Amino acid sequence: MMEEKPIATATNSDADPHPVFEARGVTKVYDMGEVQVHALRGVDLELHAGELVVMLGPSGSGKSTLLNILGGLDTATDGYVGYLGSDLTDAGQRELTEYRRHHVGFVFQFYNLIPSLTARENVAIVTEISSDPMDPADALALVELSDRLDHFPAQLSGGEQQRVAIARAIAKNPQVLLCDEPTGALDSSTGVIVLEAIDRVNRELGTTTAVITHNVTIGDMADRVIKMGDGRVTEVITNQTKKRPKDMSW
Amino acid sequence: MALAIALVMTCGVATFVMSKSTLDALTGTLEEFYAEYRFAEVFATLKRAPEATTERLEAIEGVDVVDTRVVAAASLDIEDYREAVQALLISVPDEGAPQLNLLFMVEGRNVDPYRDDEVVVNDAFADAHGFVPGDRLGAVINGRRKQLTIVGVARSPEYIYQLAPGSLIPDFERFGILWMGRSPLATAFDMQGAFNDVTMTLVPGTRVDDVIDEVDLVLEAFGGIGAFEREDQQSHFYISQELAELEQMATIFPVIFLGVAAFLLNVVVNRLVQTQREQIAVLKAFGYSNVQIGSHYILLVSAIMLLGVVAGVALGIRFGFGLAELYMAFFRFPYLNYELNADVVVTALFVSAAAAFLGTIAAVRRAATLPPAEAMRPEPPASYRESIVERLGLGRFFSQPTRMIIRHLGRHPVKAVFAVVGISFACALLLMGQFFTGAMDYMMEIQFEMAQRDDLMVTFVEPTSRRAVYSLEETRGVLHGEVFRAAPVWLRNGNKEYRTLIQGVAPGGDLFRLLNTQLEVVDLPADGLLIPPHLGALLNVVPGDTLSVEVLEGRRPVRVVPVAGYMEQYLGLGAYMRIDALNRMLKEGDAISGVFLAVDGNEIDAVHEELKGMPRVAGVSSRTQAIDDFYENMGETMLVFAFFYVVFAAAISFAIIYNTARIALSERGRELASLRILGFKQSEVAYILLGELAVLTLLAIPVGFALGWALCIYIVESLQTEIIRFPFVMTARAYSISASVVIASAILTGFIVRRRLYRLNLISVLKTRE
Repeated sequence: MMEEKPIATATNSDADPHPVFEARGVTKVYDMGEVQVHALRGVDLELHAGELVVMLGPSGSGKSTLLNILGGLDTATDGYVGYLGSDLTDAGQRELTEYRRHHVGFVFQFYNLIPSLTARENVAIVTEISSDPMDPADALALVELSDRLDHFPAQLSGGEQQRVAIARAIAKNPQVLLCDEPTGALDSSTGVIVLEAIDRVNRELGTTTAVITHNVTIGDMADRVIKMGDGRVTEVITNQTKKRPKDMSW
Repeated sequence: MALAIALVMTCGVATFVMSKSTLDALTGTLEEFYAEYRFAEVFATLKRAPEATTERLEAIEGVDVVDTRVVAAASLDIEDYREAVQALLISVPDEGAPQLNLLFMVEGRNVDPYRDDEVVVNDAFADAHGFVPGDRLGAVINGRRKQLTIVGVARSPEYIYQLAPGSLIPDFERFGILWMGRSPLATAFDMQGAFNDVTMTLVPGTRVDDVIDEVDLVLEAFGGIGAFEREDQQSHFYISQELAELEQMATIFPVIFLGVAAFLLNVVVNRLVQTQREQIAVLKAFGYSNVQIGSHYILLVSAIMLLGVVAGVALGIRFGFGLAELYMAFFRFPYLNYELNADVVVTALFVSAAAAFLGTIAAVRRAATLPPAEAMRPEPPASYRESIVERLGLGRFFSQPTRMIIRHLGRHPVKAVFAVVGISFACALLLMGQFFTGAMDYMMEIQFEMAQRDDLMVTFVEPTSRRAVYSLEETRGVLHGEVFRAAPVWLRNGNKEYRTLIQGVAPGGDLFRLLNTQLEVVDLPADGLLIPPHLGALLNVVPGDTLSVEVLEGRRPVRVVPVAGYMEQYLGLGAYMRIDALNRMLKEGDAISGVFLAVDGNEIDAVHEELKGMPRVAGVSSRTQAIDDFYENMGETMLVFAFFYVVFAAAISFAIIYNTARIALSERGRELASLRILGFKQSEVAYILLGELAVLTLLAIPVGFALGWALCIYIVESLQTEIIRFPFVMTARAYSISASVVIASAILTGFIVRRRLYRLNLISVLKTRE
């Protein structure tokens, strides 16, 4: 997993015959009235079990579109997307919902907690519908919020809210954790705490994790950094040594 | 959403304009018709007075014009019509037109002077039988058969609403008004140089009671049975009642609708200000003033309101015209002045504007005074807390989505209460509409099935010996007969008085039974009167008190009679006693006024034929026919109203539920989309949103029932008249229909909102803050 790969592709099939995600020639075209926007222009990519990948790129580079397609929120216009061997390309609404429900954990830039539910309940709402969940309290302990179980979002700081969101994402024991700008709304020191939580989940639970960011520093905590620009993978960097988030700052 | 609010406003304005403009049109037309055709103001009937008495009447201070007439009852034999028909013959002067109560000739001409076989008939009667000038009628006038020729068809201000004597329901087939030359009519009834009916108008500003007292004094010697004013004149009285009902409708409905609209506007504008915080901030940062921001929202509200008012006025005029025409067919005005008075529109606009601005002023103020820096920041996450239900320890039974529903309702309790009240008004309106049809059916069942059970009621021209019943019973097809005696009377207690009929009934009868207020069949007391409670209230007597009874026929005795008890009567106000007691009071033998008959259904035509040939028979009325007439005449307008109730209630519940749902969707769209991303199915997310609506709707139904009850009781109380008193009965059907319509509109709304929910853009919520 630590070898260099040529630029413009992020596949690694030689080393791993069973990648978690496999994308081949994925394109995405949005029809914006008279203009067609090419968000992805042929992306090849693999994500491997247990790895932590950071996708870097400026806005408009296509990284969010790619994450949405991997997360089953959107479908590719062309190309192939496989998840553990099953084809996501032609999946319908219903299958995608099932897929998200049981396999994917999401962390959003703005947390998207349910304001009417406490921290514990925000986690429970997901565990209630999954097949093999953790106890919500355990999930919150993992992000060090055991003393905030019965607080409502309005009573939590931004960093705490984001950690609740991480607990919610991992409590169902997903195969993959997808984080879209998880520190985007946070200051540096709070952001580090949140990244610590993500890093810990990745290490302790072995959940395949993809973090989207435009913050280059965060790339230091990844196994691999996939740089994107103009709808293409422009560079893939495999880190020989990963930094712990607590050693980073920006 | 704006459309839904405008819809509710439209309903409010439409009902207001409809009922108010119809009311204006009817009262305007009525007044004009009365004035133009010189409708009298004081009326009196008497036995017989010489024409010279006119001068004494004219001499009474305040009397303007006096017009004397000969008025008499007759029965008609119409070819190919199986039943006997009652007629009222009214004289017209031999020379020239009557001075008062002029005729509006619809067709043909007036009678030729001195022709004894020409008549003008009233047009409702003519329509019912298809009479045209030139048709001929057989008549029994004072016991003599005569052939009459119809020369004209006319309407009179005196008989806009026409009822046969003693009847409560208009019947255009079996009762007609015939105008005939004075001389031939006087000859037939031995009234040459005399009159038995007088009408007069007054000098403006005269006290009508004083004139009535004077007229009574003059006519007492000639068998006058008491003059009465226009207010008590039958046709006018009925019209006034109808107009009073319309007036009530012109108030209750608009108030409900505009209240609901104000509430909806409040909710929507509040939400709008919330979502447009940033735009407000930007505008303010660019230097827009509070007034400019405020007036933007006021303009918006005004636009919605104006849309509602314009549509409401247009719809109101359309409906109003239709309603006025419906009434017109019923009242038989010769013409209808339907024009929309500007003040109706101005009032509608003013009231709607008041409702709209009262509903939104707080939200607009909030928008206008929002400091720009604060407005730039997104609103902090909404703060919630555990609901009461959960604090009671019931929380563990709830799933997280259920908790979301409960806590969201608990966060905006006032809004939830208003929504519940709004929907419950819709439910109450439905209940009210259903109440009327239910009450009407119930009333008819009690009056015409439990109390009255005869097949035919035969009345004689004048009181007759009891032996008449035997000859009737011998008629083929008649199964059995029960006699009755009816006498017109004044009932008096102190200065309270009421003119009605005392009906003497044979005890133990099966065809005409009296019911007590518990609706149990009661035996008549040996002595004393049974009266409806409403009559007791009018005369200020209760059982045990006594009434002074002045009989208005025969030797006209005045007696003191005890009120023995109450009896239930929904239509009309009569007094009842045992026939032998009444005979005794009248100092007569075993006289009867008529007979209730039970008839073999197969022989009914033969019985009618036989009765037609009996000169002593003044009229025959059929119970089933009365029921049909009731539904045809009174029922129709009521059902039109009931239909409006349903349409409007559905509109209200739809508007409220839809608005609530749309607001909830806009407030919680992000939350629900997040859940969808987390793997919630469409149906699971729909549960959270629609569950809230379901709770509101289900709470609103019992509240609506209670509200409907209160409204119906209020209406029943305020519509208690001498003609009709609705019993307060709420059927299970009424409840179930009302609840069903509310639930159906909730479900329909649910489907519409669900479609929007399913189209939520999942990706956009990832990238935006609220």
